[in-house]
Amino acid sequence: MTTLAATGVLRASWLLLAFPVFGAAVLLIGGRRTDKWGHLLGVTMSLASFVYGVIAFFTLLGYNAADRSRDLHMYSWIPVAGFQADIGILIDPLSICFVLLITGVGSLILIYSVGYMAHDRERRRFFGFLNLFIAAMLLLVLSDNYLALYAGWEGVGLASYLLIGFWQHKPAPPVAAKKAFIANRVGDVGLSIAIMLLFAEFGTFNFGPVFASAHSGGTGVTTALGLLLLLGACGKSAQVPLQSWLLDAMEGPTPVSALIHAATMVTAGVYLIVRSNPIFNDSPTAQLAVTVVGAVTLLVGAIIGCAKDDIKKALAGSTMSQIGYMILGAGLGPAGYVFAIAHLLAHGFFKAGLFLGAGSVMHGMDDEVNMRRYGALRKLMPYTFVTFGLGYLAIIGIPPFSGFFTKDGIIDAAWEKGGTSGYILAACAIVGAGITAFYMTRVMLMTWYGTKRWAGGPGGEPHPVRGGPGGSSPQGDTEQHPHESPWVMVFPMIVLAIGSVGAGAFLIINGRLQSFLAPVVGVPPTSHGIWTTPGAIALALSLLGVALSWFMYGRVAVPAVAPRGSVLTRAARQDLYGDAFNESVLMRPGQWLTRLSVFFDSRGIDGLVNTIAATIGGSSGRLRKIQTGYARSYALSMLIGAVLLVAGLLVVRL
Amino acid sequence: MSPAHYIFLAVILFTIGAVGVLVRRNVIVIFMCVELMLNACNLAFVAFARMHGNLDGQVVAFFVMVVAAAEVVVGLAILMAIYRARRSASVDDASLLKY
Repeated sequence: MTTLAATGVLRASWLLLAFPVFGAAVLLIGGRRTDKWGHLLGVTMSLASFVYGVIAFFTLLGYNAADRSRDLHMYSWIPVAGFQADIGILIDPLSICFVLLITGVGSLILIYSVGYMAHDRERRRFFGFLNLFIAAMLLLVLSDNYLALYAGWEGVGLASYLLIGFWQHKPAPPVAAKKAFIANRVGDVGLSIAIMLLFAEFGTFNFGPVFASAHSGGTGVTTALGLLLLLGACGKSAQVPLQSWLLDAMEGPTPVSALIHAATMVTAGVYLIVRSNPIFNDSPTAQLAVTVVGAVTLLVGAIIGCAKDDIKKALAGSTMSQIGYMILGAGLGPAGYVFAIAHLLAHGFFKAGLFLGAGSVMHGMDDEVNMRRYGALRKLMPYTFVTFGLGYLAIIGIPPFSGFFTKDGIIDAAWEKGGTSGYILAACAIVGAGITAFYMTRVMLMTWYGTKRWAGGPGGEPHPVRGGPGGSSPQGDTEQHPHESPWVMVFPMIVLAIGSVGAGAFLIINGRLQSFLAPVVGVPPTSHGIWTTPGAIALALSLLGVALSWFMYGRVAVPAVAPRGSVLTRAARQDLYGDAFNESVLMRPGQWLTRLSVFFDSRGIDGLVNTIAATIGGSSGRLRKIQTGYARSYALSMLIGAVLLVAGLLVVRL
Repeated sequence: MSPAHYIFLAVILFTIGAVGVLVRRNVIVIFMCVELMLNACNLAFVAFARMHGNLDGQVVAFFVMVVAAAEVVVGLAILMAIYRARRSASVDDASLLKY
């Protein structure tokens, strides 16, 4: 596919980045002066980007399929001989999908945040950071080269760090923010080495030339590149083995969890792999590694999701699991790319909707996150219940909701890969679908059904005085008055619920997304109908999961205090010992190493230097005693010196 | 008379002076011994000048005399100051400037 220069409306595509950058700059530099209208500016800037994104999308639709890749050259970074880094904006079917997701879902979540953060004194700063995030994420997906992509990659990492640790006055969020940042560093090292290797091998950062010559580098180079890019993707997308930060990242405000840690930023790894598809297509080894990571993560995330009582952490485990599906799809080559992106877009809708629903419940329950203290909320929060329920049907893949179409596409692609690896991967994906249905049903039953396990009257009247999500709201046995959230929060949930219902069918039926993305990612080798054998097995297993969950959490009352649970439950509560593994394998040896270094430094190097100094000092001290103060002893030493001098001269002369 | 006699005399005088400096405690005596050493040197210079038949040694002898005079002036002044302060003319008593 050739890339043409941007013309017409697309010549202004830098506006996409300029709007949120402007918003972030005004809000963060303007400080408290912008407190009154800061959130409105933030929403406006995001909406402006979305409107331009829609215009660009339709402009692109107006072109022929082959001409839909448009590049806008911005400037050359340090143009010297032998190093040419042209920075530009690439608008093509893949990037425009992400632009619409980021700005569309982003704008909805910003609108939601207006209500959710209404009681937070730092709301203006929150919107500044979110605009910064949108700008960085757009740079990541719009860049036409790996260098600017890396800048955006680091930018979203920074925004994620700032927003996880947004409530700095509490002890946990800053720690979680640091953990996320450090875990991401590991992946970023992989990505940066990949980019260096890429430049050393191909002499350019730009996608077009790199992909054109990817095949010529040899399988060794593409495998190395693929594995390093996968490491980068693992860090950003919270895939095994760099998964541990995502669950802690839920310490951030809920809109952040919805936007950054569910809908957009954590899917950047999928984008990276799909964008670099010519590299992966050339290396079956790297593709196998990608699929294995995806399959392992989708199971790990799902199992963790089953045991968490914290509603946000259960959803975070689910996010890991769903991104595992996308990574698995992306590792299947042209057969899976389009389904990975379709699942990514649908997931952006239903997972953001689920998180916003969870945020709405927390909003009405004084920031209670423990599902064992929920129950019977469906009558008190009808809108939240319905939108959350639609998201739930979408994620477990009940037809005709979104997840059914997109997830089954990935399962089918794995099945059709064939061979031992294909069947194992498909089996993992199908079992994962069953577990997904189990834990999502568990979340549904514990939150909305059963008996109420919170203190307080059955009334639904609004609580007059309530601490903001960041405020020090009274916890514990104080009375809770669950109530429906304001319209500004309900509206985005409704829009996202519509997306959860329709996005999958819209994208998959008639191969809409497939033909739209074909110029960038190629066409799946086989095509099949909506109903397939593996899809049917997955659906049956999902229904089994729902039934099992109902037997465990719907038929019997949920205890308000978590029972001890089986071995697997306890392991899953501990994130399958992910943190324990990191601690014992990475952290403790690291500490030993530092202690050894300190010991070697203080005893070895310092010891040597101190010994020399002490020796010189000691001998000087003894030598000093010669200075007696008696003039006659000095005279004697002078005499001896003179005699020695004369004697020496005589010896030399003779 | 051969210069050797003068040289022997100079060596004897120098030795007497050096031993005096080392063994005596009285500052005045030490000064006198120093003078003795200087003048032993002068004798040697003059003797060698005579032996070589040029004036270099004699000129140096004059220099030594000038330096000796200056040394005595300064030295006696210090000695006076110390004696006034400590009521002692022993060099071993003035041993505070040490380690």
